[in-house]
Amino acid sequence: MTNVLGSENIIEIAYFIATALFILALKWLSSPVTARRGVRAGEVGMLLAVVGTVFHHGIVDYKLIAIGLVLGCIIGVPLGKVQMTAVPQRTALSHAFGALCVTLVGTSEFYLRAPNIPPFMMAVLSMEVILGSLTFTGSLMAAGKLQEILPQRPITYKGQNFVNLGLLGLAVAIAVILVLHPEQMRLFPAMIVIPLVFGVMLVIPIGGADMPTVISLLNSYAGLSAAAMGFVLNSKLLIIAGALDGSSGFILSVIMSKAMNRSFTNVLFGGFGQIQASAAGVKEAPPVRSATPEEAAGILAAASKVVIVPGYGMAVAQAQHKVREMYDALTKRGVEVTFGIHPVAGRMPGHMNVLLAEADIPYDKLLEMDLINGDLPQTDVALVIGANDVTNPAARTDAGSPIYGMPILDVDKARTVMVIKRSMAAGFAGIDNPLYYLDKTLMLFGDAKSFVGSIVRELGGSQA
Amino acid sequence: MKLDLLPSLYVFMLAAFIGFEVIRRVSPLLHTPLMSLTNALDAIAVVGAIILAGEHRSNLAAVLGTLAIVAATSNAVGGFIITDRMLKMFKSSSSKKP
Repeated sequence: MTNVLGSENIIEIAYFIATALFILALKWLSSPVTARRGVRAGEVGMLLAVVGTVFHHGIVDYKLIAIGLVLGCIIGVPLGKVQMTAVPQRTALSHAFGALCVTLVGTSEFYLRAPNIPPFMMAVLSMEVILGSLTFTGSLMAAGKLQEILPQRPITYKGQNFVNLGLLGLAVAIAVILVLHPEQMRLFPAMIVIPLVFGVMLVIPIGGADMPTVISLLNSYAGLSAAAMGFVLNSKLLIIAGALDGSSGFILSVIMSKAMNRSFTNVLFGGFGQIQASAAGVKEAPPVRSATPEEAAGILAAASKVVIVPGYGMAVAQAQHKVREMYDALTKRGVEVTFGIHPVAGRMPGHMNVLLAEADIPYDKLLEMDLINGDLPQTDVALVIGANDVTNPAARTDAGSPIYGMPILDVDKARTVMVIKRSMAAGFAGIDNPLYYLDKTLMLFGDAKSFVGSIVRELGGSQA
Repeated sequence: MKLDLLPSLYVFMLAAFIGFEVIRRVSPLLHTPLMSLTNALDAIAVVGAIILAGEHRSNLAAVLGTLAIVAATSNAVGGFIITDRMLKMFKSSSSKKP
């Protein structure tokens, strides 16, 4: 033990370096230029920590470790190679896996140590397994909804919030009993099963457009449960990694709820969209102006500044590559094309940026809401592709609207607005969009991919 | 086993502050890779699982520990691969010229 190079000291040093590398990894992620270096740093840190741990003196069974690592790689590699459009559900699935790991470790620790568990230890252990289990099922539900295995529409019933809060309260009550009487070991399984049910119930009422907030929140829970595990195992490395993940998820949740002008509680307990849908349906729809791909191409070609606003509809139609062709065709003609990205466009934070980057659109053309809103009044054409509520001017003007106060992309301030949309059906929130009835708005009805494809053909044809 | 609660709480608090300050600076452009990278880093929980499976103090702990290794490793491997794939796609107009 006095030897500085003893195996336990080497492990501690490996953990220390890994921690520093993890913090650097996130720091380098702040800019696209250094971001890949961040991934390298994370990988090296992870490898150091894993290799260091294998030298832990108490380890006797290397076979199980090897089996676990190999199986993990076999599952992990395909999960890293999914299509870019599947990234939201992959992310939700990885929250579930992370939470599963934490819950399993917490459960084992309980049965190894019970009934001699000091109160503080039992409290963090309870937090670990409660957060872990609810994040596990909640994330699986979210992944199922995003993969469209489960219905995307929010499912609500009377007394839902009462049931959910009751379940959570029950789990916390059991935790309190166990903190005071850790010898009541038969209560422990209930402290896992109840949060598992709670996780399912929590995500059932949440609709597709609220997914960015919910994924971020689950990310935060996964991080916090890992930090709690760090307390239980007395591992600084885990506490720090968990705290970083937890704060990242928390920051993203705050950004997402701000971008929807809603609070966490409203997202989780809101059941958005049902009440308004009926109100919007009854009104007679005023006439709209529509245009053909030829007309749209002509207007775009004559413009000098075009802003494209993508939404989830673009992702569903897989239109991003056609959009890139249109971007190329317009740029070649000297038209200045930029993209306006709303923070909650898509199904997870930053979703649109990844899809457009995949289609090879330079990232300096992807502008945040605040930047693009300064440009829109000087824009000739704003082209909305598969986005709805994030462009709804009612959020600015109609105090009675359910989305009133939500920050939007001010596409209605552009000289001409064109909206590619499959039909006049209302958006996620079930709210009519007055944008479509403006005199300067042209509706381009059709599938985003084929419509943009036709525009590209027109642009190419008239140039040749 | 003595639990040094207070040092751990200090570490947690400081790490949370660092997390806030560092992550606040991440451009919204990279929010998706941010989430997948922090997820991969979170898979460091694998060290706890390795000790649990490797020490084999009870059969339950060994089995659950091995499952936990599988879950965390797949997160780490998958998370790093996809984050790097995403970041590789982000090119600026100046570097884009093929």
